[in-house]
Parts: sequence; structure tokens; C-alpha cells
Amino acid sequence: MCMFQSVMNYFPEEVLDHVFDFLTSHRDRNAVSLVCKSWYSVERFSREKVFIGNCYAVNPERLIDRFPRLRSLSLKGKPHFADFNLVPHDWGGRVYPWIEAMAKSRINLEELRLKRMVVSDESLELLAKSFPNFKSLVLVSCEGFTTDGLAAIASNCKFLRELDLQENEVDDRKGHWLSCFPESCTSLVSLNFACLKGEVNVAALERLVARCRNLRSLRLNHTVPLEVLQKILVQAPQLNDLGTGSFTHDPNSETYVKLKNAMKNCHSIRSLSGFLDVNGRCLPAVYPICTSLTALNLSYAPGLFSNELAKLIYHCKKIERLWILDTIGDKGLGVVANTCKELQELRVFPSDLYGVGNAAVTEEGLVAISAGCPKLNSILYFCQQMTNAALITVAKNCPNFIRFRLCTLNPVVPDAATNQPLDEGFGAIVQSCKGLTRLSVSGQLTDQVFLYIGMYAEQLEMLSIAFAGDSDKGMLYVLNGCKKLKKLEIRDSPFGNMALLSDMGKYETMRSLWMSSCQVTLGACKTLAEKMPRLNVEIISENEGGAGEGEARLDDRDRVEKMYLYRTLVGPRTDAPDFVWTL
Amino acid sequence: MPADLNLRLGLPGSDQTDVDAAKSNKRASPEKAEDTASNGVPAAKSADDHETAPAPKAQIVGWPPVKSYRKSTAAAVKKAEAESGMYVKVSMDGAPYLRKIDIKLYNGYSHLLTALEDMFKLSIEREGYKGSEYAPAYEDKDGDLMLVGDVPWEMFMSSCKRLRIMRGADARGLGCAQ
Repeated sequence: MCMFQSVMNYFPEEVLDHVFDFLTSHRDRNAVSLVCKSWYSVERFSREKVFIGNCYAVNPERLIDRFPRLRSLSLKGKPHFADFNLVPHDWGGRVYPWIEAMAKSRINLEELRLKRMVVSDESLELLAKSFPNFKSLVLVSCEGFTTDGLAAIASNCKFLRELDLQENEVDDRKGHWLSCFPESCTSLVSLNFACLKGEVNVAALERLVARCRNLRSLRLNHTVPLEVLQKILVQAPQLNDLGTGSFTHDPNSETYVKLKNAMKNCHSIRSLSGFLDVNGRCLPAVYPICTSLTALNLSYAPGLFSNELAKLIYHCKKIERLWILDTIGDKGLGVVANTCKELQELRVFPSDLYGVGNAAVTEEGLVAISAGCPKLNSILYFCQQMTNAALITVAKNCPNFIRFRLCTLNPVVPDAATNQPLDEGFGAIVQSCKGLTRLSVSGQLTDQVFLYIGMYAEQLEMLSIAFAGDSDKGMLYVLNGCKKLKKLEIRDSPFGNMALLSDMGKYETMRSLWMSSCQVTLGACKTLAEKMPRLNVEIISENEGGAGEGEARLDDRDRVEKMYLYRTLVGPRTDAPDFVWTL
Repeated sequence: MPADLNLRLGLPGSDQTDVDAAKSNKRASPEKAEDTASNGVPAAKSADDHETAPAPKAQIVGWPPVKSYRKSTAAAVKKAEAESGMYVKVSMDGAPYLRKIDIKLYNGYSHLLTALEDMFKLSIEREGYKGSEYAPAYEDKDGDLMLVGDVPWEMFMSSCKRLRIMRGADARGLGCAQ
């Protein structure tokens, strides 16, 4: 036994506990718990925040058993490609069993953050009634609940600080959920209901804002008119994050003038979003706020012209995070490049989702941004076309990317100038950006790009592939090369059994692998499932017919349409629907 | 087989002659290949398939990869905009029938006038009325006949009930002040 170990054992547990209090990151805490049995023990009793990246990797009982002092839980459910309708409805990811188990075990739950999970009204009701100290509910890309569930939360959670609904599909029963916050509720710090479709009681909203003096973040939905926004801002000039509702009005009216004045008085707003319904001529009201903004999301603002956007951005010299539509155009991105020297994250979303070729950004905009914004480290860019030369320039200009997601609207478009695949361009990105943790590739790509990725992307944790590659070699390069890979999702690419089965142990070091419309067969999936009992290998059928039907149809030599595999400590899940077959 | 009889991944107008068959991902059950709208990438097919030309809006499921929430919000906005059009009748002196336009579609006077010129195949006075061309007038909420262009565009949009393209000679009385 080494000197160090005996010295550390000399410290009473309370001291270790205190030391561990300073560890906030999950990774640090996970690492600490692996050092020795006593550290594992101290750590587990002191951990209050737990993050579970795949809700089916463990179960509620194990969670509660290991971390009895749990106060804050983050859970993620469906695979990422569920966002794009590739996962059938009812696949799973229900939160109810977790809430039920924690309620039964009298966990003192204070915070719950869920992403891509199914949240029923019953879950919300149970949540609201079971945890007297509940403070914070954050739901991102979830579904399954209605405003009735929200009413339960509002009515029962006496100390609620945060209700943050981001991009959820909510069935709006047009009830009075907002009016359910009792008059005694003054604790709200953050309220975001931007994704709700129905009207709220604006009088109740105004009163709520007036009595919650600690309110810092407020995001309204599109039914809240500008007149009400103006009144709210007068009541809450201390806000630092604002999501406007509707932002259209006659710019010559008295209401608009009052709004302008109210906004001038909001010295603390650092983050601005909303504009779900906007008249470009009303935008000047926000110019005074723009000078101190660090985050701006205009990606839901329909119909703003490029010059209106450019004029607005011209005022945003301190912006660090910008989400915008491609209607800004390459020219508008040039304005961003010249103005936003603090920019770290840029997302350019497509405005023309159904048509053909009305997209207004090309590789030029991206190059301009890379040249003008030295702090850029995260990008999501939907564009009409791309070139290797542009990507090589971007790679040279911005070696600090941690997230790089490029999406060409035509998934297999080649280099617009040379007609070559975009292998060299992405190769330059991975070679230059040594800290890259997330990458999405698109455009015409051969196995070569995966050779580069495997060779250079040493820190890569998440990789998204679509319509790319020529053979199993491509996938093999990635599996063999990217040592830190956690999530791999592949669609419509010619990778098959040889790649899937070459290093089965690798999948236990990863969170999950998704493969759809590839060349893997049922037989190979069965082999994998048999050899690796700590993986769940799920075959998801297209038709929501019975599993029996699905199984009978498929022969071992048939290709599997959708396969999702993930490591797990708890075996096949018990809530799988008929169309999901766990091998 | 002529190239344009192949369904391929390229959008119309793009030079996608070199997309591999391997990439077109022939599906396991050939009978599903027809259902291109919902099931996935249209595979390269034989010439006697019922689709003889690439569908201009061949939809690939889940591409571009945009969250369905975002898509449904955008669709809802488009729908709302379409439904709440501000349609007004447009009459032209001497024409036997009227037209209707949605003034919400235009972002300003010059855009509107250009559209009217296109629609009626004439040329509209922009500055001063010399009497040789047409002048745009509108009927406002109070029923008065007004010259187009005096008030801010927003105000015009909300007060315009009907447009009238008057022959220059008749419009002289409406000549703007300066």
C-alpha cells in the first residue's frame, strides 16, 4: 500500500465529503468514484446531481439505490435522430417510472431536466404532488403532455423557481394554466412558455411578473401581443433574458413608443429571442438592448429581410451566440463577420424547408464568418452548396472549433467548384481543430473523409453521418480511430456487417450507435447481441405492426431498416412497444 | 438510359450524374420503393417505372435535419400568413374586369407598383402625374379616393380597401403637393 493511499485513508469521511463538494462536473465525480471503495462510498452519498445520458442504460431503482441524496436529475430519452422523424412515435422514453420510483423512495427531488422524453400529464401531476421542495423543471424537445399538466405544476409547486419549456410539442388545451400560479407564488426566476400555441391569461401573466421580483428570464409565446410585452417590461426591467411574443404593431402608434421607452430601461437584458411573429419596422425598438446582448435567437422570426437583419446585427457588437435564418444571406453574414468580434457560436437554419434552392447562404458566408470572428468555436450551418477550398480556409481561420455541423440542403452535393467530393474539406477541419468533440458531415463523401476523421479527430465524441461513404472501410476507420467516440449515428450509408462486427467491445465504451438504411443484416445484429450481453440491440420496424409479424418477415440475410444499440446495465427494456425488437 | 429518367438524389438543376448506385440505397423490399414521399431516398429505378422524371420536391425523410418542432412552427406561420392575406380589388379604368391582390405580399410601394405594372401590362407614374400614363389610387377606410404613396406603407396596408388604377388625365386632380 503506497504512502499516498494511507495518508488519504487517514482523513475522516466528512473531510472527503467536503472536498468532493468542490467537484461539480459529472465527469470529475465519476472519476473520483472509481478510485477506491471508500471514495466510491463517500461520493455516492454526497452526490446531489446526476446526469443520465440514456435513460435505458440504468433504471430508477439502481439510481436511487446508489444516490439516495439525489436532488437534481437530468435524463435523455430518444436517440437524436428522433428529432428528424426517424424514430416511430411510441418508441419509448417515458419519464413516469422515474418519477414514480423517486416519489416512492421519498427522494427530495428539486430539479428535473429532460430531453427527448415522453412526459405525460400524469407524470407532471405526480411530480407536482410528490416533491415539496421541487424548484426547477426544464423540458427540451419532449412531448406527451398538455397544458393541464402545466397547471398541476403551477398549482402545487410552492417554491417553483424555474419552468423552462424548450421546443416541446404540447397539446394546448387553452386552459388557464398560467392563472394556476397562486398569488402566494413569488419565487419564479425563469419562465419560458414560448413553445405553447394557445393564449394565456395576460392579466394573470402581468400580475405574476409584477410579484416575482426575482424574475430574470421570461420567454413569451406568439399569442402575447406587443402591448402586453410593453407593460411587462415596465414591471420587470431587471430581466436578463427575454423572449418576445408577437412583435408586430404599427410603428407609429403610442404603444410602440411606450415599448421603445420600456426597452431603453432594460439595462440587464443579455439574451434575446422570440419574434415569432414580427414586423421588421418594429425592430428598431430593440436597438438599445442590442449593444449589450450576448445571445440572440432570430431563427423563429419569419419574413425578416436580409437588410433588416443586417441593420439589427450592426448594433450587436458583443454577441457571442447567434441563431439566425439563412434569409440573412452571404451579405448579411458579412455584416456579422465585420461586427460580431466576440462571436463564439453561430447557427444558420434553413428558411425554405419544402422548396428547392431558395437558400441564400453558400460557402462564402461561412468563409467570411471564419475570417471575421476569431473566437468562433461552434457552428451549425445549413447551406445550398460548399467547396473544399472554403472548408480548408475555414479550418485555417478557426482551429478552435469544438462543434462543427455542416448540412448541405442536397445531402450528396459535391464541391460546387470542382465537382469533387468534400473529403478534403472536412479532412482539413478535423486536422486543424484538435479539440473537435462534435461533427456532422454532409455533401458527397467517400471513405476518404472517414480515414481523415479516424486519423485526426482524437477528441471526437459525437459523429453524424448521412448518405456518405463507399464501403465498410469508412465506418471501420472511425471505429478504430476515434478513441473518445460516444455517439455514432449513421443513416443511408453503405456500411454493413463487417464494419458492425469488427470491434464489438467498442460499443461498451460508447453510449449508443444508430444505423438506419445501411447494409447491416438481421443475422449480424443477432450475432452482436449474443456476444455482447451488456448491449441492447434494438431492431425498429417501419410498420407499427406486431413484433411477430416483423420477426416472421425478416430472415437473417435481410437488411435491417433501423438498428439502435446502446450499452446498459439493466438488460432489455420492459416497456418496448411491438415494433421494437430487442435481440 | 437517358440520365433524366433516373431518379437520383440531386435536386433539379444540379449536376448529379455521378451519384453511385451504392449510395442510392436500394431497399430490402422492392415494393416499398415506390413510396418515395414518406419512406426515403428514391432508388435508381428502371425506365418503365411509373415515375419518368425526378419529382421536383422529392422529399427525403428527415432531410434537411431540422427538428420537427421547428418545421411545424414554420409551417404554422406560413399557413397563418397565407390565411390572413389582405386581399383588395384592383380596378383599371377601361378594363372589363377587376383583379384581386394580397397587399401583404409586398414589402413596399415600389414592389406593389411593379407588381401592378406586370399584372396590367402598363406603366405607372411614380413621380408627378403628367397625364400620359396611369396613376395609382386607392379607396381608404373612409371611402375617400387617395393617391397611393403619401402615407407610410404600414398605414397604407391597414387603410387600403380597394385599388384603382386611373388614367393619367383623370388623375391630374390628385397630383401630389410637391
